[in-house]
Amino acid sequence: MKDIRFSEESMALVQRMMKRYPEGKHKSALIPILHIAQAEFDGWLSPEVMNYVASVMNIQSIEVYEVASFYSMFNLKPVGKCLIEVCRTSSCWLLGAEDVIRHLEKKLNIKVGETSSDGMFTLKSVECLGSCGTAPMLQVGADYYENLNLEKVDALVSRLKSEGKRKTYTDLPEPRTL
Amino acid sequence: MGKKLLLKDDHIAGIQSYDVYRKNGGYASVEKAVKTMTTEAVVEEVKKSGLRGRGGAGFPTGMKWSFLAKPPGIARYLVCNADESEPGTFKDRYLMERIPHLLIEGMITSSYALGANTSYIYIRGEYYYVARILEKAIDEAYANGWLGKNILGSEYSLDLYVQIGAGAYICGEETALLESLEGKRGNPRIKPPFPAVAGLYGCPTVVNNVETIAAVVPIVNDGGDEYAKIGIGKSTGTKLISASGHINKPGVYEIDLGVPVEEFIFSDKYCGGIRGGKKFKAVVAGGSSVPILPADLILKTAKGEPRLMSYESLADGGFATGTMLGSGGFIVMDEDTSIVKNLWNFTRFYHHESCGQCSPCREGTGWMEKILHRILDGHGTMSDIDLLWDIQGKIEGKTICPLGDAAAWPVAAAIRHFRSEFEEYIKNPKSIKDVKHYYRLNNLQSA
Ligand SMILES: Cc1cc2nc3c(=O)[nH]c(=O)nc-3n(C[C@H](O)[C@H](O)[C@H](O)COP(=O)(O)O)c2cc1C
Ligand code: FES
Repeated sequence: MKDIRFSEESMALVQRMMKRYPEGKHKSALIPILHIAQAEFDGWLSPEVMNYVASVMNIQSIEVYEVASFYSMFNLKPVGKCLIEVCRTSSCWLLGAEDVIRHLEKKLNIKVGETSSDGMFTLKSVECLGSCGTAPMLQVGADYYENLNLEKVDALVSRLKSEGKRKTYTDLPEPRTL
Repeated sequence: MGKKLLLKDDHIAGIQSYDVYRKNGGYASVEKAVKTMTTEAVVEEVKKSGLRGRGGAGFPTGMKWSFLAKPPGIARYLVCNADESEPGTFKDRYLMERIPHLLIEGMITSSYALGANTSYIYIRGEYYYVARILEKAIDEAYANGWLGKNILGSEYSLDLYVQIGAGAYICGEETALLESLEGKRGNPRIKPPFPAVAGLYGCPTVVNNVETIAAVVPIVNDGGDEYAKIGIGKSTGTKLISASGHINKPGVYEIDLGVPVEEFIFSDKYCGGIRGGKKFKAVVAGGSSVPILPADLILKTAKGEPRLMSYESLADGGFATGTMLGSGGFIVMDEDTSIVKNLWNFTRFYHHESCGQCSPCREGTGWMEKILHRILDGHGTMSDIDLLWDIQGKIEGKTICPLGDAAAWPVAAAIRHFRSEFEEYIKNPKSIKDVKHYYRLNNLQSA
């Protein structure tokens, strides 16, 4: 088990974050700090990582667990390098989200909620991501992929596979055309 | 008529950057407010404008601001609600991504009016990349003297931070948002006390939607009276509508409140009609929480008057024949849409997003999802329709926060207006298989 410790850069950011709130209210930084921790420690929050965050913030471990378990973006189990989150709600559903999900299940040979055997992809279906006008859509790390069709999905999966990189919400996003 | 206020500079290349934004008149409202107006005068303009909260409830903003308690020596906070998780709503992201400085400017002017020296923008976690855009804009605002100590040489100081969430629809509810901002689970608080008295860290707090805060900029620049000239009746000003579903031109449209619904759906200026030449079946006019209406009732009120895109007109007839403007998430459905399956999709959403504090919502949303699933699975009975009706009625009004209502209303409305579709599925389960539930993506490409 490797040592759980924020990089110097992350630690500096964490310390800065805790100063954004009034005296004694630094617990407010918990969610932003958990995002940093999840990105730094393999895309999920193990009990050890949560305990570490508690010690850095000087709060009880239970305060971290109860928050981490409430929010859907925090993974309490290991995930693949790329977590593919397909919107399954209203407008995306009206415009073919189920097709996208079935297609990815077949292509990656996994069901929603599972991780591919090479550890590259985890597939998840999520609720409305605020991109309904460009439905159907999915999110990987910081990036939104919109106006999807099956060819675009295929191209994305191939690219992510060949890059082989872990994607996290805190990544610098890819350039977007507005 | 038709003048844009929030998106007027949307077409200008580079408007995301401070320099271009400033060159096009940006930050004028801060100058005007801080240099020439008292805080009360700014609140007065907002009252005169008739601006109503754009987050969904439509509460008059000026009134909300005047309720803010001001005990001496206690900090006050302005918190911007950028959680935007109501299905069908994407206008706040559009605004923040494309014209980030408009929100920052609105936050400064509004914070000044409220006497807040620290303000937060709470943004949903999935919008991490948008949070970066806002943080860059905030850095630029600091560098140019619009934030920090003694803004424009005045006594007024303000620090502004972006706070990131982590995936929870409920954190759009204002008290859940405040809990989340305090680093806790997003469990809504019992009101009273209202945030205006005891909000963030127990201090007086105003929570406003992104669009509401952005609208303060033109209100202060041009005056509340000028803003109130736009719109109709108590629906003043412009509104961003997120249009999606089976239409030719999905997107965000800034409309004068009062545009006829028919024009909004069929004019090329807006949605451009139903895609693929299909017939128009139903609309969810204000985000997934508001009652669905069939085509005839969304185009005309029960009295036969043209329905308008305004708070009052959309609500005309109450829930029996009307709906709500809500967040302005306008979801259009064509003739092939299965209302029952769409309802199951919504109900699954509310079940997933219920925070679990109140039994009627925690249990009821799950039961409704299961019953709808049973019907769609071909095992429904006629009594299931009554059971659904019964459950939704036992959730509505019986929970700490309005998520319960938001889960109940779509169920009630679907049964009210499309009961025969439920009955058909139950009588003839084979018909479910024949229903085209959604566009096949491959067909979509050729459509
Ligand atoms: C379940 C639920 C979700 C909500 N989500 C949002 C949201 O995402 N954005 C928002 O501005 N308001 C949301 N609201 C409304 C807020 O509670 C609050 O009324 C609003 O932020 C006030 O701002 P306004 O007066 O400017 O509209 C939600 C309410 C409920 C009950
Ligand atoms: S419904 Fe998919 S992004 Fe809103």
